[in-house]
Amino acid sequence: MISIDNKLYIRDIDTYIDPFFPVERAIITHGHADHARAGHKHVLCTPETSEIMKIRYGENCASSFQTIKYGHSVKIGKISVTFYPAAHILGSAQVLLETAKHRILVTGDYKTILDRHLDPFEVVPCDLLITEATFGLPIFKFNKPEMEIERLLNNISKNRENTFLIGAYSLGKAQRIIWLLREAGFSDDIFVHGSMDKLCDFYQSKGIRLGTLRKATLDNKKDFKGKIIVAPPSALKDRWSRRFENITRCYASGWMQVKQRAKQSQIEIPLVISDHSDWNELTNTIKQTGAEKVWITHGREDALKYWCEKNGIQAEPLSLQHRDETSEL
Amino acid sequence: MKAFSNLLSDLILTSSRNRKLSLLEQYFSSTPDPDRGYALAALTGSLNFKNIKSSFFKDLIKEKQDEHLFDLSYDYVGDLAETISLLWDQEKGGNMPRLSSLFENLEKAKTDEIKNHIINILNISTADQRWAFIKLFTGGLRIGVSSRLVKQALANYGNVDLEEIEKIWHGLHFPYTNLFSWLENKGSKPKISIYDIFHPMMLAHPLVMEKDLAAANPKEFVAEYKWDGIRVQIVSHSGGCRLYSRTGDEVSKSFPEIIKTIQGNFVLDGELLAGINNDPKTFNDLQQRLNKKAPSEKFIEKNPCFIKVYDVLFFNGDDLRDKTLIERKKVLSSYFSTNRSPMFLSETIEFKDWRFLDKIRDISNKQIHEGVMIKSVSSPYIAGRPRGKWFKWKRNPKNVDAIIMYAQRGHGKRSSFYSDYTFGVFNKEKELVPIGKAYSGFTDEELNRLDKFVRSKTINRFGPVREVEKTLVVEIAFDEMSLSHRHKSGIALRFPRFKRIRWDKPTNEVETLEQIRKSFLE
Repeated sequence: MISIDNKLYIRDIDTYIDPFFPVERAIITHGHADHARAGHKHVLCTPETSEIMKIRYGENCASSFQTIKYGHSVKIGKISVTFYPAAHILGSAQVLLETAKHRILVTGDYKTILDRHLDPFEVVPCDLLITEATFGLPIFKFNKPEMEIERLLNNISKNRENTFLIGAYSLGKAQRIIWLLREAGFSDDIFVHGSMDKLCDFYQSKGIRLGTLRKATLDNKKDFKGKIIVAPPSALKDRWSRRFENITRCYASGWMQVKQRAKQSQIEIPLVISDHSDWNELTNTIKQTGAEKVWITHGREDALKYWCEKNGIQAEPLSLQHRDETSEL
Repeated sequence: MKAFSNLLSDLILTSSRNRKLSLLEQYFSSTPDPDRGYALAALTGSLNFKNIKSSFFKDLIKEKQDEHLFDLSYDYVGDLAETISLLWDQEKGGNMPRLSSLFENLEKAKTDEIKNHIINILNISTADQRWAFIKLFTGGLRIGVSSRLVKQALANYGNVDLEEIEKIWHGLHFPYTNLFSWLENKGSKPKISIYDIFHPMMLAHPLVMEKDLAAANPKEFVAEYKWDGIRVQIVSHSGGCRLYSRTGDEVSKSFPEIIKTIQGNFVLDGELLAGINNDPKTFNDLQQRLNKKAPSEKFIEKNPCFIKVYDVLFFNGDDLRDKTLIERKKVLSSYFSTNRSPMFLSETIEFKDWRFLDKIRDISNKQIHEGVMIKSVSSPYIAGRPRGKWFKWKRNPKNVDAIIMYAQRGHGKRSSFYSDYTFGVFNKEKELVPIGKAYSGFTDEELNRLDKFVRSKTINRFGPVREVEKTLVVEIAFDEMSLSHRHKSGIALRFPRFKRIRWDKPTNEVETLEQIRKSFLE
């Protein structure tokens, strides 16, 4: 048996998965700030995640990086570690810890629906599944993102006087939205907030076509009429947004499924586009992995735990701190 | 139904008033009769349909979805229609009926068929359509659209004054075909009995003594108290009695004991107040009643109300609106020569000169009036706010210094500014306690500076609320102070607003809660 505790510490090999504090050895599932921190000694992750960490935290954010690609393994002591695509953001991985007798899968954040700019999610059979549950309520059932993008483009074509400010997390969501817009045939220049242009460059360097992007720093307000600006959600209502006129606030997130929530945040065009699994994806994945035991790292864990137990699967919430719902925002 | 559900989804997410109006106008112009009539009735809260209760939908979903998972979801979403619409299985496809056939089919359906009928509709609709559909039946759309806004959209659509719509509104009936044909210049204006409608009220101008009356002869004016209740119009005839608020919303249902008692053939204008036997209590007391849409008998007994009447528009079939105020008052005093409880004649104030009234308006130990009204004796009853006829002379605002404690972002144009401020004073224990919230009274320039202050002096965040360093003193103007059990400070301010920002004033010079209570409440 591999011994792992509720902080995702694997004692046999003295390694943490996605720790919040600096440690000797860390496995990092993906580059979001609530999973990837600076200051670890040895980091094991995918090549893309290591590049993202270096972009965000600097070249020296860890003493050493060891990278393995999807489908490849490294042996640490008696445990073999393999990465599988999690289809959450570029480089996001599920981590399989394996001995001859025991398989533990840590999903990290993931989605299972096909997202053509990322490697497709793979189901990995395991004994213990350690899953996220950000959208672990049956009300979360996401439509195809293409439909959401179409709704946005319709709205833009009808309101050419407005400036469309889309709130999207700087890493992953922003690039996915831009990529989806390009796939839908939107060829206009897209403006981006200063916090995301390096990450956009990185995505482009990996062959993900985002088209012509410009910084949203022009002086002339009129330049933004009928245009799309992508910015992190925090900038949506803050002083930064004052430079634009006639703003229509949009927000790309699974949370936008709930109208009342969109209304409270004064969002006029909610785009229900999520990089996390919805309820059906979560429960299907649990079934397909054949896990006997499920640990839930973070999210709306009550409902998922209840569902597991009703289906004869042991379930335990870990309530990992720092990963609350705002991590998706 | 598709168009209607799109309309609701768009409306709930739109904060700009103008955009809401244009969405409504677009809908009315592109939707045929009688569908738009159903929509209009639903939007103005006048849709009368076999009451399908929310528990009916709850039971439906519990047949399909685990009860515990439903409860968890409902807790999270907070809105029943939305919870059910999201939990229901994805649509199976099919032709969504138009709004009118949807209602007509349900109307025709036998009681035992209704359930299957509704299940079928929920099955073929999208989540947004289910949401709109359930909202239609469970009462109260709660999408941030008042009936007044809907009427304004109608007025814009037909290029007529809002007032014209208000005038005939209560005499109009579903499906409003005559209204739409008039608005589209295809038919004449609907003719309505005077007893079926609300008559727009005559309103007063705030008095600026030097400009308005200093040179006028006091003998040409009548003075009354400006009661601190809500303005109501009493429309009574053989078919019953109705009460309307100042904006033309019918409020009869909230005051069943009053409309039951009133008899006669008239349209009167007065003030609804809390209390009995012509003895008014404060606005706070009335607020208890206003919060209840359908009060129980017990609640009514505990919180009685009455009306002080000060004007008459129609009496026994005669239109008195062109008569002078003095003539109308004569009709009233003869009517009130016998006991008409719960209606009473609003007393006039005898006065010789303006100085006397100036004193009167500030005297009130029970806070039941908020100043005086001065009305020209020769004024006819004119809807709207005609010049030089009626004046309100509010008591002077009171002022208090307080310290800014918390700030929150505003809405719309102000959504990037911290423009809503909570302020407080020290209590006996030297603890700062909030006494009110204000978001007006400052200039744009001052708002910029306040916004900077909040951002640089934040010491704590609670969701959208920022706690700031307790260093900034503001002078707050307010109309009334009253006791309140709701607030830790034990007091509540009426209409607080910024008077001055005291960037220079040290916080230790601010009066304490005890001192404030002494000077304003004792």
